Amino acid sequence: MKELICIVCPKGCHLQVDEEHDYTVTGNSCPRGAEYGKAELTHPTRVVTSTVRCEGGAYPRCPVKTNGPIPKGEIFAAMALLDDITLTAPVRVGQVVVENVRDTGVDFVATRNM
Amino acid sequence: MYDLIVIGGGPAGLAGACAAWEAGLRRILIVERDKELGGILNQCIHNGFGLHYFKEELTGPEYAGRFIEMLRDTGVEVRLDTMVLEVTDHRKVHMVGKDTGYRIEEARSILLAMGCRERTRGAIAIPGTRPAGIFTAGAAQRYVNMEGWLPGRRVVILGSGDIGLIMARRMTLEGAKVLACVEVMPYSGGLNRNIVQCLHDYDIPLYLSHTVTDIRGVDRVEQVVVSQVNDRRQPIPGTEMVFDCDTLLLSVGLIPENELTRQAGINIDPRTNGAVVWENMETSLPGVFASGNVAHVHDLVDFVTAESQRAGKAAARYVLEGEGETDFALEIVNGDGVSYTVPQHIRPGRVEKACDLFFRVNRVCGPSRIKVTSNGAQIAAFSRDYLAPGEMEHILLPRKLLDGASGTLTVSIEEVEAK
Repeated sequence: MKELICIVCPKGCHLQVDEEHDYTVTGNSCPRGAEYGKAELTHPTRVVTSTVRCEGGAYPRCPVKTNGPIPKGEIFAAMALLDDITLTAPVRVGQVVVENVRDTGVDFVATRNM
Repeated sequence: MYDLIVIGGGPAGLAGACAAWEAGLRRILIVERDKELGGILNQCIHNGFGLHYFKEELTGPEYAGRFIEMLRDTGVEVRLDTMVLEVTDHRKVHMVGKDTGYRIEEARSILLAMGCRERTRGAIAIPGTRPAGIFTAGAAQRYVNMEGWLPGRRVVILGSGDIGLIMARRMTLEGAKVLACVEVMPYSGGLNRNIVQCLHDYDIPLYLSHTVTDIRGVDRVEQVVVSQVNDRRQPIPGTEMVFDCDTLLLSVGLIPENELTRQAGINIDPRTNGAVVWENMETSLPGVFASGNVAHVHDLVDFVTAESQRAGKAAARYVLEGEGETDFALEIVNGDGVSYTVPQHIRPGRVEKACDLFFRVNRVCGPSRIKVTSNGAQIAAFSRDYLAPGEMEHILLPRKLLDGASGTLTVSIEEVEAK
């Protein structure tokens, strides 16, 4: 039995995951918690947020995020992809900044208009 | 003459102005001191915002962007780069702006939505030298996320508030080494999920019941000394740990920014450091409302939005229908385990279906019952599996329960045996 704190939402439910019985989750208050509990022990993933250089905007950095979770082990490699990017204003929310990050099928997208 | 002047263009001001517009006010002005709307959300590039309100997980800039778009569809006037200096009698708002100069604008109602600011090193009196390299976590967040500067390479974080935790991860992702997060209390002041995804994910140790007892360095921070504290929060000699680092980030609490509120003679609650408010977020000055972090520090922007919508709607009601009748009022008393409540008092006659009551507990509790009593009789109870000071709690008190109460309502926590 493994104890986890759910990070799906700010509520932070205290989960118990039974690794010996198909990762059955208890202590969750929604189905996403059960999903998280199982995934966290089998193939943990995270959404990554960061910034990239941006020219011609109100600020020199434009915030970005992965538009889906990527494997935890890929976080630093994904971050490195952002080092060489320079956007030029205008930038729109949702604009793709890096396609198919580390072959995950997930893109880095801009999270604000610049 | 404006119907409503909103002071502050962050999440509270945006939601309040939009709600007041929807409720029928047409002459609305938002005064914002920064060069853009959105407030602190613009630097909160991490995700996790909007789960309650938009039912999806957004980053701070995306959350702000949604409200800025909504505002664009209204006729709400916005004055950027403009600082409010004073609110005087008859709701006169004195402001100074680069383009508009010194102006005095009058309003039928005012929404105070100034947010909060960070406590600094001075506020907590850390001993040691005064070198460069000591930042509040929020200032560092702005440098990294908006202005493109990395404030340091080897970092110690004092305080485990959410901004400190978020910055521990952020600095790590940007290539800095975060050596420790140090918390004077025996529990973290931040959300549990942030301990997991910001500290545990990156193997950053959290030292509970520890504090910084010395800062060393002449021009730049060179070392930070951390000591364990006893149950009276006094450092224990002999427990010192020395960290070689160039940066100390402080995440040691937020203070509602209420200079304007105090100056206007509005009653302040020493527990929240915000205005004492009624059920509709109206302050002790009729027609002046307060919501968001200026009223009490929130953990979640979604609750700031909801509270500010209530305040905006109430401001509209005040302007369009005048002051409502007050038959009687209930004072909310903090019972055992409760450190503050918002609102601080309720006029049941003005509650529609139910009244939202927000509060924080003063200790970590396991399975508990939240009890609401009036004159010794219990009128409501709510159960929770877990309560912590870092996580704001919320109960809904139905109008009919309030109608049956009189004098005071006491909210208290009673731990129950685990099932």
